[in-house]
Amino acid sequence: MSALVTQSLVKRFGGVLATDHVSLTVEPGEIHAIIGPNGAGKSTLIGQLAGEIASDEGRVLMFDEDVTEVRTHQRAQRGLARTYQVTQLAKEFTALDNVLLAVNARERHNFRFWRNAHDDATAMAKATTALATVGLGAMHHATVGTMAHGEQRQLEIAMALATEPKLLLLDEPLAGMSQGESAAIVALLQSLRGRYPMLLVEHDMEAVFALADRVSVLVYGRIIATDTPDGVRNNPEVRAAYLGETV
Amino acid sequence: MSGNVLFPAIIRWGAPRTVAAIVVLVLLTLLPFIAGSVGSDYYVGFGTRVLIYALAAIGLNFILGFGGMVSLGHAMYVMLGAYAVAIPSTHGVVSGWAHLAVAIAVTAVLAAGVGAVALRTSGIAFIMITLAFAQMLYFGAVGLKDYGGDDGLTVAERSVAGLYDLSNPTTLYYVALVTVLLALYLSWRAVLSPFGLVLRATKANARRATALGHPVFRYQLTAYVVSAVVCAVAGVLLANLTKFASPSYGAWTLSGELIVIVILGGIGTVFGPVVGAIILLVLEELLPTLVEMVTPDYKANWMLLLGLFIFLVALLLKRGVFGSLPDSATHRGEQR
Repeated sequence: MSALVTQSLVKRFGGVLATDHVSLTVEPGEIHAIIGPNGAGKSTLIGQLAGEIASDEGRVLMFDEDVTEVRTHQRAQRGLARTYQVTQLAKEFTALDNVLLAVNARERHNFRFWRNAHDDATAMAKATTALATVGLGAMHHATVGTMAHGEQRQLEIAMALATEPKLLLLDEPLAGMSQGESAAIVALLQSLRGRYPMLLVEHDMEAVFALADRVSVLVYGRIIATDTPDGVRNNPEVRAAYLGETV
Repeated sequence: MSGNVLFPAIIRWGAPRTVAAIVVLVLLTLLPFIAGSVGSDYYVGFGTRVLIYALAAIGLNFILGFGGMVSLGHAMYVMLGAYAVAIPSTHGVVSGWAHLAVAIAVTAVLAAGVGAVALRTSGIAFIMITLAFAQMLYFGAVGLKDYGGDDGLTVAERSVAGLYDLSNPTTLYYVALVTVLLALYLSWRAVLSPFGLVLRATKANARRATALGHPVFRYQLTAYVVSAVVCAVAGVLLANLTKFASPSYGAWTLSGELIVIVILGGIGTVFGPVVGAIILLVLEELLPTLVEMVTPDYKANWMLLLGLFIFLVALLLKRGVFGSLPDSATHRGEQR
């Protein structure tokens, strides 16, 4: 049973084929990276997988269940967690409240008006653990607006983990990071290897080749190759279309 | 930097905001005595009006300040509350509990419908749809020829509620004050609850809240209905104060005034609407007299000064008058 399967997924914007019959799989425990030049349709594809963008054709399956018609928040409840290329956080919230919000998303009985959200010891413990996992153990009470860019990216991942996901979609987790910050995130993702299947969209080739079990190359909305990192590196078609001088 | 900037659970007694809130509450509690010693009942009635506006603004603030939903139609729920007193009382039903029950039930049903439609949208479209529904209801009330139509409807008998006789101005004042305190306490608890956490998150970043798995629409709709019901309760009190219900209670200008009160006081603070209501209504009361004293010929232009004041608050105090008070020496949260 694959964690994620797409079957001939299509998205058109007007006359443009943003996603051109994309079929891919993410196996349990696997880190599957998607690379491609700017405008290749990576973010559109992630949006379709998360349910934020409706697909025109094709199907999306999570753990053998067809979720093509399932709405975003329900996909999340089924175990899909994503991070965003551009940080999407509640800026006035503390780091802890952001993660607590993620923890609470796992619970079905959230219509509680009376009790203080911080008095839920179980949820607080889970939130604290998630912050510690990404190395933000000392930042609980920092408001997001005061956190460094790299720390906000770490918080994004903490929130995804706090939903106790079965599958992670990471949309350029290293975007805008310094080399030191990138290294920390790569180490973090390495440490999570095997615990969650991951679909990783990333520009940083060094990181991709260090992390990925398989790499798919997306060009003009179409997957032109799926292979091991070495296989992709040596694929002439890929070199011509994309990698060129960078590898 | 520590603590959640806007919504701490703990009341910090030394903070200027806490002190200001306590001073305001003490003054409000003592107002009938002060008015009594001056020998003017007028101020009791005026104080009741302030409290009623504060209550409606607390209701609106629940979705505007904490949920980021800009409703330009909340006066319709105030109007509904007023008619829930006036119409039954023309038929001899004077029980305040009955009036309250009708107001809450009718408002909850209507707000669920309006909210379900309006929340399909957001931003400008949400503003326009809430305004459109309020206008429909306004003209609906104008069309109630049996109940006064355009002229409104005089309340024959004020609500009778158990031991309390709301025809006594001081009793009505304290009923309004207790209702405001209750609404403040409830919204404080709700804002800090797991429900409130999600509601505030939908304001900050609805997309993220959805992606985490929260059914955002359900939260917004619930908050919208609660907020409408609070406004309806304010309407019940208003009809008892003025002994009158009229379509003008549902005019869009009142909806706008409620938004101004929330923003003046401090958007996203629990106590802000009370401060905003006091400031706006006191200015509306004082400015005409002041302008007349200075330049009698320009008495009618006092609104220019009010506009200037609102403009300056919006420009200089991003978080409104109450919200701009320091919440403590270390910039930790606010109380209520």
